[in-house]
Amino acid sequence: MNIKNHKDFWAGIMFIAFGLFFAGFGLKYSIGTAAKMGPGYFPTALAVIVILLGVVVLAASLSPKAATQRVDRFHFPALLLILGSVVLFSLLLNLLGLMVSLLVLIVISSYASHEYSLKATLLNAAVLIVICFIVFVWALKLQFPIWPSFINN
Amino acid sequence: MDTLLTNLGIGFGAVLSFQPITLFGLALSIPMNLVYAFLGAFVGTLVGVLPGLGPLATIAMLLPATFVLPPLGGLIMLAGIFYGAQYGGSTTSILINLPGETSTVVTCIDGYQMARRGRAGVALATAALASFFAGCVATLLVAALAVPLAEIAFKFGPTEYFSLMIFGLIGAVVLASGSLVKAIAMVCLGLLGGLVGADVNSGALRYTFNIPELSDGIGMVVVAMGVFGFAEVILNVEQKEKREVLLSKVKNLFPGRDDYRRMIAPILRGTVLGSLLGILPGGNATISSFASYALEKKISKNRAEFGRGAIEGVAAPEAANNAAAQTSFIPLLAIGLPSNAVMAMMVGAMLIHNIQPGPQVMTSNPTLFWGLIVSMWIGNLMLVVLNLPLIGIWVRLLSVPYRFLYPAILTFCCIGVYTVNNNSVDLLITAGFGLLGYLFHKLGCEPAPMLLGFVLGPMMEEHFRRALLLSHGDFTVFFTSPISLALLVISSVLVVIVTIPAIKFKREEAFQDD
Repeated sequence: MNIKNHKDFWAGIMFIAFGLFFAGFGLKYSIGTAAKMGPGYFPTALAVIVILLGVVVLAASLSPKAATQRVDRFHFPALLLILGSVVLFSLLLNLLGLMVSLLVLIVISSYASHEYSLKATLLNAAVLIVICFIVFVWALKLQFPIWPSFINN
Repeated sequence: MDTLLTNLGIGFGAVLSFQPITLFGLALSIPMNLVYAFLGAFVGTLVGVLPGLGPLATIAMLLPATFVLPPLGGLIMLAGIFYGAQYGGSTTSILINLPGETSTVVTCIDGYQMARRGRAGVALATAALASFFAGCVATLLVAALAVPLAEIAFKFGPTEYFSLMIFGLIGAVVLASGSLVKAIAMVCLGLLGGLVGADVNSGALRYTFNIPELSDGIGMVVVAMGVFGFAEVILNVEQKEKREVLLSKVKNLFPGRDDYRRMIAPILRGTVLGSLLGILPGGNATISSFASYALEKKISKNRAEFGRGAIEGVAAPEAANNAAAQTSFIPLLAIGLPSNAVMAMMVGAMLIHNIQPGPQVMTSNPTLFWGLIVSMWIGNLMLVVLNLPLIGIWVRLLSVPYRFLYPAILTFCCIGVYTVNNNSVDLLITAGFGLLGYLFHKLGCEPAPMLLGFVLGPMMEEHFRRALLLSHGDFTVFFTSPISLALLVISSVLVVIVTIPAIKFKREEAFQDD
């Protein structure tokens, strides 16, 4: 077996995995009949189609006629820092409030850049936090926990 | 004709109506909807100019801000945001050779060359004028076609609607770039994702895994922000910055007499082509701009100049993409079916305001319907009024380094997602979609068809169920209804056509952004 198109090979695997996931859980819901469909009917049918399409993509990637393509390298530091900062923001928001969580979000995500500098990041964070306070809290009056919960109480 | 004028009258009445507000303790009466249109176009351009943020991410990011407004005001602002984001994309194409979105990729070719020759101002003005003209024509077309199409839509039963959706989804993937099979698989994944949450008929919770936030389904904002916002930011951060901004060269905005003479015919052709392609299911601004550029390159007298700063190469695709952006509202407003991912976002916005898009809106809520159509024209007018004088601000914004911009983008995305439901769990789900979007990109899977699937999933299941309930489980019903049969036959013909090797090659060639 010779994988020619690595992008399509892994895309095929991905579709099959998603299909199996949705079909597997879909079968747990009641299927019913075509005239009286249960909640499992339509998703399971769709999931089977996704599996079949995944198999087609996978098979085509192994064909000798397929275009040679490699998967671009994953850049894990950027991925982890940016998504991690968002996850932290969501976990900290109710506890520490908007101001502190934003600082965490901005400082951590900025670290992903090729040209990181602490001074510039802190300045950027200060400007953004002030803008957010004025626009979202003061002008639009959106409901946020603003300061850490232990200060309010 | 008379009814058209009456209807447009209703629209203008709704948009221009004065509403009392209290500002700084003063009781004032001002046309608030115009203010919303202005704000939308302004903020839309502002965000659209930021590199790596296309209309989808822009709309997703700013959608929550429209929730606090009344329905018409919210939709008007959203339409303004959409046009602003589109125009912002053209600006970055011309000034830094970096298309903010796929529909302005071709504008880069000649627009950037014009900018390098010191004609950036003329290129920007041409883009604005072409867009405005195309927008005016297309808005009239929307107004004229919406009523007759809606009358046809009323004759559709669940069977026909189901086949129409198949047709729409197939159209969307056929006109998209890249592998057809992968695009269809992405649509199906989107449809599945759209089914997450409580089943309408039985109330059974599907794929929610005891997460209460999932029981209402996965929101459009969450998906769009993750896949188009977060994933784009990560992909941009990966690459080392290399941007060349033509800052000092934006002078004399006004095209000369010769420029005007050369742009008229391309604008007209671009408008016609864009309007037609926009109405088709899956038709969108991208395909129209590519097609009109290709057309001009074939028939223009100055074709030798193409690629080296021909004004026709800016005028035609800009007219076409704006016309198409406008006419793609027709299927949404008349039939209730979004034909591309941006329209899918619009459905999401309408649903949040408790408006189920479809033919019934026209009769049940005429002020909203015609107000929205008139606001399209006003949104276009705002762009010209706003963008030409403010071009200096947009240029300065372009010179901000990406390392300062992306934390700002993340900040606004996070606040946007949070404010939809005031729920921080939504942010975790969005981060998950960010990861997914990154994976899709690395594996060469186009995410826009998935977004369309997300919106259509529940509708499609509903019509599929009802059709088979009425036919007592007989699947042949989809082939015995003549309309349904015709739609399915056209869909399969489309699929067959694009898989024919000769056309497959042409299609790939058309999407190459040389």
